[in-house]
Amino acid sequence: MAKHHVAATVNGDGVEFLCETDETLLDVLRNQLGLTGTKEGCSTGDCGACSVTVDDRLVCSCLMLGVEAGGKSITTIEGMADGEALHPLQKKFIEHAALQCGICTPGFLVAAKSLLERTPDPTETEVRYWLAGNLCRCTGYDKIVRAVLDAAAEMRGA
Amino acid sequence: MQEKVKDAPASPFQWVGSRPERPDGVDKVTGRARFGADMAMAGQLVGRVLRSPHAHARIRSIDTRAALKLPGVKAVVTRDDFKDQPSEFIPAGEMMINYRDVVRNVMAREKVLFEGHAVAAVAATSAAIAKQALKLIKVDYEVLPHVIDVVEAMQPGAPLLDEGLITAGVEPAPNKPSNVAKRVEFALGDIEAGFKQAEVVIERSFTTKPVHQGYIEPHACVASVSEDGQAELWVTTQGHWIVRAHCARLLGWDVSQIRVTASEIGGGFGGKTVVYLEPVALALAKKSGRPVKMVMTREEVFRASGPTSGAHLRVKIGARKDGRIVAADAELKYQAGAFPGSPVQPGAMCAFAPYDLENVKVVGYDVVSNRPKVAAYRAPGGPIAEFAVEQVMDDIAKAIGMDPVDLRLKNAAKQGTKAAYGPKFGPVGLIETLEAAKAHAHWRTPLAKNQGRGIASGFWFNIGGETAVSMSLNEDGTLSLTAGTPDIGGLRASLCMMAAEELGIDIGKIRVQIGDTGQLGYNFLTGGSRATFSSGMATVEAAREVIKEACKRAAKLWELPEDAVEYVGGAVRPAGPNAGKHTPMSLKDIAGIAGKTGGPIAGYARINAHGAAPSFATHIADVEVDPDTGRVWVVRYTAIQDAGRAIHPSYVEGQYQGGVAQGIGWALNEEYIYGADGKLQNPGFLDYRVPVASDLPMIDTVIVEVPNPRHPYGVRGVGETPICPPMAAIANAVCNATGVRFTDLPMSPPKVLAALDEARAKGAAKI
Repeated sequence: MAKHHVAATVNGDGVEFLCETDETLLDVLRNQLGLTGTKEGCSTGDCGACSVTVDDRLVCSCLMLGVEAGGKSITTIEGMADGEALHPLQKKFIEHAALQCGICTPGFLVAAKSLLERTPDPTETEVRYWLAGNLCRCTGYDKIVRAVLDAAAEMRGA
Repeated sequence: MQEKVKDAPASPFQWVGSRPERPDGVDKVTGRARFGADMAMAGQLVGRVLRSPHAHARIRSIDTRAALKLPGVKAVVTRDDFKDQPSEFIPAGEMMINYRDVVRNVMAREKVLFEGHAVAAVAATSAAIAKQALKLIKVDYEVLPHVIDVVEAMQPGAPLLDEGLITAGVEPAPNKPSNVAKRVEFALGDIEAGFKQAEVVIERSFTTKPVHQGYIEPHACVASVSEDGQAELWVTTQGHWIVRAHCARLLGWDVSQIRVTASEIGGGFGGKTVVYLEPVALALAKKSGRPVKMVMTREEVFRASGPTSGAHLRVKIGARKDGRIVAADAELKYQAGAFPGSPVQPGAMCAFAPYDLENVKVVGYDVVSNRPKVAAYRAPGGPIAEFAVEQVMDDIAKAIGMDPVDLRLKNAAKQGTKAAYGPKFGPVGLIETLEAAKAHAHWRTPLAKNQGRGIASGFWFNIGGETAVSMSLNEDGTLSLTAGTPDIGGLRASLCMMAAEELGIDIGKIRVQIGDTGQLGYNFLTGGSRATFSSGMATVEAAREVIKEACKRAAKLWELPEDAVEYVGGAVRPAGPNAGKHTPMSLKDIAGIAGKTGGPIAGYARINAHGAAPSFATHIADVEVDPDTGRVWVVRYTAIQDAGRAIHPSYVEGQYQGGVAQGIGWALNEEYIYGADGKLQNPGFLDYRVPVASDLPMIDTVIVEVPNPRHPYGVRGVGETPICPPMAAIANAVCNATGVRFTDLPMSPPKVLAALDEARAKGAAKI
């Protein structure tokens, strides 16, 4: 079967790609667009390592087809820093040692950014439940939660 | 935030003990860091594995002809592509390996021994074609009866996995094969005499389930083999020299033919110390003449890699009423999975190691069954044995009416204690962790309704091993540091800090990388909590070599004898009364004269790191048990552990917190569930539930520092001990909350509720 021609916006840039009907957005991002910052941990939507936003909605890119991205605006971890300036969440993750191996980190950052866009002043419980779809096996989440709360405070100017 | 107990109030160090940003931090928060599956080689093929649908079957034949005819299929490999290996156990860190079994685990030969066992692999131009090709491979199986449970596997008449397996460690040797691969025993004193002195004796049996390491990054590699046989392998691994050794052995190639580069590694916890895909990818690349990329699915990770053993345990402890333990006896039966090699030996070593005892006996059995072969998992074997021992300790404390911390203090291992497994401990910090627990506010905070508090101690011995590190002084005075132990959680930061400390320079002047197998001598893997210890030791040695050479060059320039210069505060200076007045030379100055005074300046340390020292911990857990559902919540947790010295305290705390989180999963949720058909029923993160952020509280840490005298900065390994106490600490807490002793893991809601209902019927439940 012929491949589908898809036009979308990724990290602010217009992109076009050809994809198979059954190809996931995750596969397109990683294999066709070379955006390997988005990780595959399970391919069943259980680990959140492939978190991206699609028109500002947080999704597991392994659960969405590439063809569904047509006309949509997708933001990945590669679109998080502003030029040379890291996003406050990125800075706080480094400062708080909120990563060990780092494989889950892009997903956590994308998910946390999505939380703070909706809830600029989250409680610890809100952070924990929002991030419950992102698995981290290294940190026990303690430093991740602290980093997100600290970034939220900084972004509020608190 | 985090408490820190230092051995000295004022740190003599500039870098060690501080919290600088890690050198690989920016790469990891921007998506730049390249992990196993992030590499692509031009023209690469997709490799996929055909796996056994049966728990146990003889392979009569494998027909790959139809698959090979499919357009786009470039190579197929089966057992015929790997030479058989003789049976011989070789030490590999904390575990042993036998290439006879490794070659069979990588690709089944006579039989498939578990559901998911690799039978064949293909390389094709697309994933879709590879998948189609797998369906075209015809395997003729003679299905055999299987056995999953460890106790059933030990019964006479159980289906035999290996008809030639004679139990080792038994005199005289049995004359019949069985599934018991090995019996181990550690003993000290005379337990029968000991139990005669006992005023209280408690004996209980326990079970634990296999749990997976659960690293978020699946196994992945890319292999390329050129026409002249030179091979490149990019792989996510805890030890690329180990991967090189295993691949060379299984493929019959020279070691020098294979260059292995370790990618960034997305978690390992012991599970990435063995080979699965790597020799297969190399064989496919060789056969096809094209690079081959292989990545496991999560389902494959669950079915065919890891986990650690499930076990049946019996522990008996006798004590006097004053709290002195007079005898300790344990029997440990560990599942090895499809091939011998469970961590029962380290489990037996750990069982009573926290205590200074005169009469100890631990017997362990290594038992095969139709499950994936176990791999190391964080303190392999230790947490299982300690889960049982630390609960019986709790019962002893209850029986004699003694505080459980005081009971442990009364019997705690200390400097000079002879462990049942052999060594005499040097300075160790168990007593310090217990004292810190007693002094901690957590220990005294009142509990709410349906809550209970538990305590448990833990031990891991840690290892050293072969290590090589190089350090070059660059032309501008900066330094390039190359280590060979993959960095899983902050190693590069710690190495830079120790190097900066030695050199008396800013940490930003040192750039650190993990070298490939062509760049350094043999490095044993990142495991056994050895990386910061061993690579740190080698880094210090390499830095001292750079300093020595820098001094030599300045001496040459100043026309002084070498002992008339010294290196202080990041600069070479004239030393002693007769050295004259020379302007001190910084490393930048020295770098400027390097060419003219003898060429490049570099340090190269190649060591077998001796002097690894054990790390002890004491954990306090508070749980709340829902009386209606049986759900157990951990509501507060404090992990106290002796780090020797924390080079970068944030990453030491991170190890404590991560080990605790895995322990909480092991205690409450995680287990491999098998059907009667011998097939794993929960091979995914939905049904194999690891703790998520909303399951856990903040995890407080206390770093105790009793420096290891045999490391230049006092380092002990810290990574593994944190997973030893949690299961027992939580079980003790649940017991205190409910009045019910839980001896079987996991303490999942249905199990807890059933036990509560039973206890309530007898009037024995507290809630």
